[in-house]
Amino acid sequence: MKLCEVQELLQAEVLSREDLLTAETDSCFGGDLMSDVLAFTERGTLLCTSLTNGQVVRTADMSELAAVVFVLGKRPAAEVTEAAASSGLVTMTTKRTLFEACGILYAGGLRSCCGKEKP
Amino acid sequence: MIEEKSVKLNCVVRGGDFDTAGEASAKIKRMLQRLGIPAAVIRRAAISSYEAELNVIIHADEGELTAEVFPDRTLITVRDRGPGIADIDKALQEGWSTAPDYVRQMGFGAGMGLPNMVKCSDTFEIKSEVGSGTTINMSFAHGEDR
Repeated sequence: MKLCEVQELLQAEVLSREDLLTAETDSCFGGDLMSDVLAFTERGTLLCTSLTNGQVVRTADMSELAAVVFVLGKRPAAEVTEAAASSGLVTMTTKRTLFEACGILYAGGLRSCCGKEKP
Repeated sequence: MIEEKSVKLNCVVRGGDFDTAGEASAKIKRMLQRLGIPAAVIRRAAISSYEAELNVIIHADEGELTAEVFPDRTLITVRDRGPGIADIDKALQEGWSTAPDYVRQMGFGAGMGLPNMVKCSDTFEIKSEVGSGTTINMSFAHGEDR
């Protein structure tokens, strides 16, 4: 799935790197525990989270995630969005809850990054 | 004996400084990218380095992250001056953590750090002395991805 399709499905607003929305992702992880993101995601995974601190961007950079979707309409501080932009990370915000966002993306074809079964 | 060629990067990490948490590991990651190390190896090394850097920031007074890149492998060493680990076997268990609540609120301190470093590295060694500090040595082979 292209990131622009993620944006459309979640009616999300892009916060950083709109130029990279044609990148692809096929797996997703939902949660607020960055320790788990570091341990269980793979390169190119999409993260849905309600955590908005700077360590989310750093974790996404180290883990080479495809993008971060902030749920519940949350927005990180400007410096966090700037850090995302300069590290080449697409971030967006959706009004959906974590549960809804993950459900919509699953129905759209994304699968878990842990022991991935293909849709 | 012929000395092996390597490229080395040292970064100082200050305990408690969450504002700059991850900067040292980001520098190491960029260096590995510049040197053309395979992407999958970079990801494993960057995650391990970041986990170790976070441990220094969460638990220690100060520490140093060193990455040394040889043609066939990258070594990452983390030394800290801090409380040390009383029971290393316990610390290596998933879910065991002594991190304070404010760290958990930031999304860390779930007791996954050391087990994840073990998982991501090809070799892992840890030495610790209570009241003095902890040293971790990790290596990452540049060959075929596992």
